[in-house]
Amino acid sequence: MADSNRNVLPGFRLSLGFTMLYLGAMVLLPLAACAIKASSLSAGEFWAAVWTPRARAAYGLTIGASLVSAVVDSVLGLLVAWVLVRYEFPGKRLLDSIVDVPFALPTAVAGLVYSSLYVRNGWLGRFLVPLGIEAAYTRLAVVLVLVFIGLPFVVRALQPVLESLEAETEEAAALLGATRWQTFRWVIIPLVLPALVTGFSLSLARALGEYGSVVFVSANKPFQTEIAPMLIVARLESFAYSEATAIAVVLLTMSFALLVVINVLERWSKRHYA
Amino acid sequence: MIKRHSTLAILVLALAAGCSQQAGEVELLHVSYDPTRELFEAVNTAFLGEYNKQNSPDLTIRQSHGGSASQARSVIDGLEADVVSLPLWSDVDAIRKAGLIDADWEERFPNKSLPYFSTIVFVVREGNPKQVKDWADLVRGDIEVITPSPKTSGNGKLSFLAAWGSVLLRGGSKDDAVKYVTELYKRVPVLDPGARGSTTTFAQKEIGDVHLTWENEAWLEIRESGNKLEIVYPPISIRAEPKVALVDANVKRHNTAKAAEAYLNFLYTPAGQEIVAQNYYRPIQEDVLAKHAQSFPPLELFTIDKIAPGWSEAITEYFEEGAVFDQIYESAVKGK
Repeated sequence: MADSNRNVLPGFRLSLGFTMLYLGAMVLLPLAACAIKASSLSAGEFWAAVWTPRARAAYGLTIGASLVSAVVDSVLGLLVAWVLVRYEFPGKRLLDSIVDVPFALPTAVAGLVYSSLYVRNGWLGRFLVPLGIEAAYTRLAVVLVLVFIGLPFVVRALQPVLESLEAETEEAAALLGATRWQTFRWVIIPLVLPALVTGFSLSLARALGEYGSVVFVSANKPFQTEIAPMLIVARLESFAYSEATAIAVVLLTMSFALLVVINVLERWSKRHYA
Repeated sequence: MIKRHSTLAILVLALAAGCSQQAGEVELLHVSYDPTRELFEAVNTAFLGEYNKQNSPDLTIRQSHGGSASQARSVIDGLEADVVSLPLWSDVDAIRKAGLIDADWEERFPNKSLPYFSTIVFVVREGNPKQVKDWADLVRGDIEVITPSPKTSGNGKLSFLAAWGSVLLRGGSKDDAVKYVTELYKRVPVLDPGARGSTTTFAQKEIGDVHLTWENEAWLEIRESGNKLEIVYPPISIRAEPKVALVDANVKRHNTAKAAEAYLNFLYTPAGQEIVAQNYYRPIQEDVLAKHAQSFPPLELFTIDKIAPGWSEAITEYFEEGAVFDQIYESAVKGK
């Protein structure tokens, strides 16, 4: 079978073998170790570790803030991608590379910068705090920093799709008498929707696991601004390895479930609109 | 075919890991907590100057600093430390429980392996505008307090216990203590995960009126701020007792027991004690302490056994999942 068509990679079996080894050692093994460590707890202990009122509040904040930030990213990301693809203006290249900064920047730096911008004596905080907008050490701060972290995922998912959109389709819509809104709603959105869903789910997944930046901008107050990954760190610091991994397993399951739901949606939207 | 290639890959990986081990000069790895960075830089220079004159091959000491519990965790997970110095007895004991340190570790060095001690003090803004003098003042008016989370920080745990003890040792009941710390933590706008984070929040971002921190960290913070901050000594606080220990399993394997022992014993010599005092840790030798009295005003220091049977009980009673610290926050939420 491998000999019948010439492939770039040397040998189907060798490349598959390497793929399996790589995925096994780098992805599946750590995940399995996580599950095994957590399984040293009895069902009752597991439940007691992962379902305290404090943990539930933290899951709520993590999932809620991640969803909100992914929605914001989807709207903003669509706009940014549209501008970068459709218009020519000086500094476009620079703007295009700035989009990638959140990929490269250590997230702790992002957190530090955000929190010092929005505190009472910060550049933005000195104007916002008197207006009653507290964007440091609050839930708003968590959302803001997650928006920052997730934005490039949406932009980069949409750009190739928008580039492949032909202006003729929009022109045709205009000739048929569609308003701009109708063109947007019935022509453009259906074409970019699958990519938008991909961008949304990627930025959501990223936000669910984010720790480094959030600890600097949230005040880490239990029940109020404490995210779930912080609980894992807290359990590890008291040498409770199994309990820490139990919380990790819960988070893993939740994000996996969310990703499955989104994947189903993505397939459905492809079938429905394509 | 798949099998052959994966075996090869595993072999290459194993070889690469094996090569990193190399023989040669004597080296010690000292794993310590965050605020001792400056202290042990000075100690190492002084100690090695003397030691290398009399011994060969030359000894070098590498330092690793970080949050105390995460440092202990690294050692348990395989960081090859020869000696550890950690701020809480329970952190050293966690390494013992993992089988890396012998059971009698506390008896191996003078003064129960305690070369210096310290305490938790208040840092306030210039001129002490809110007139904070004692623990009770922290829950008065609109005062904001900065302290790291007791869940993740040694500094946070000590601050909590100092506040708790200030009530109990003045005749308050346990209920009074709960009421007091609940009030106190309501006034904490930011619970940073570690001690240095809290210092940044208080000194650089100018959040809060009082910062609860180690005495030596307070002195450094004030020096750094150009005297825009000052120390307030409460009349009573906790006696913080950082412990030192050999990591027996590792020194046996590295054959470094002799050097490691000499290194830790140096802390108890007059020269070592002098360096300790210069870095704002309280020396255990009375004459050195007296010489530096201006850095160490007297205050009543209580040990952990005044408020709990011991360190491990204190950790369980106050900071475990669902224990006192968690209850404080839970009741604060329900009260709303």
